[in-house]
Amino acid sequence: MAQKTYAGVTVDVNDEGYFNDPSQWTKEIAAEIAKEEGLSLTDKHYEMLEYLRNKFNSGEQLTIRGINKSGIVDVKTFYQMFPGAPLKKSTKIAGIPKPTSCV
Amino acid sequence: MSDNDHRIKKVSIICAKGTIEDVYASLVMGNGAVMEGMEANLFFTFFGLEAVIKNRMDNLHTGVVGNPAMRLPGGMRMPTWMGIIPGMEAMVSGMMKKEMDKLDVPPVSEFIELFVAGGGNLYACKLAADMFKLKKEDLSEHVTGIITVGEFYELAGGEGSQIIFT
Repeated sequence: MAQKTYAGVTVDVNDEGYFNDPSQWTKEIAAEIAKEEGLSLTDKHYEMLEYLRNKFNSGEQLTIRGINKSGIVDVKTFYQMFPGAPLKKSTKIAGIPKPTSCV
Repeated sequence: MSDNDHRIKKVSIICAKGTIEDVYASLVMGNGAVMEGMEANLFFTFFGLEAVIKNRMDNLHTGVVGNPAMRLPGGMRMPTWMGIIPGMEAMVSGMMKKEMDKLDVPPVSEFIELFVAGGGNLYACKLAADMFKLKKEDLSEHVTGIITVGEFYELAGGEGSQIIFT
């Protein structure tokens, strides 16, 4: 098991950098992971991270369609907020496992 | 960029058939590509055009005649002759859509919107559009253009690019 230190806190992550224990996550940690990914987080980003964490905590699958229905941002904005691989990147910053859905 | 970078950077997917499963195979692969940060083109030809015809795209069916993989609820093989029972195709197609909805797989029109929002591009085949007497206005607004095979190859090129025929 790998470990990383964000905002002075040591957390357990897997080979790809996803959190093993989502409860270790804080907003300060998120900002540092985001920096690693070349992003600086806005309020909208945090709102989206909260949404993702809530979905994960309630055991729901994360899908791109769900993001569109979240009421936070539309999909186009979501792609702009987390450029590259948006769902993978956002879940990493949100401190939850990599999504397993194909849609 | 290193010589060892063999990642796929662009996919151009050809959809030539108009059944639910053929169209969704293309859409899932295309949408999956944009979600991974790749460039993606979807090229619809022949019966695949059904997926981008405005008033038909959300009414696709699955073929039940001559489909030996078809199973009855419960898992028993569906005898192929049952496919000819009136209403069977509509019923099976309805069930397919219901099951996909449970997995949060969107209807075709919505799926195309998500794909385009992610930066994906849609094209229709000129030859097939001419053959079926289809014009640009018959197609989804998200279709960038009706293009020839030569134009398709042109836009499919580039480093790390792949062409997929579903």
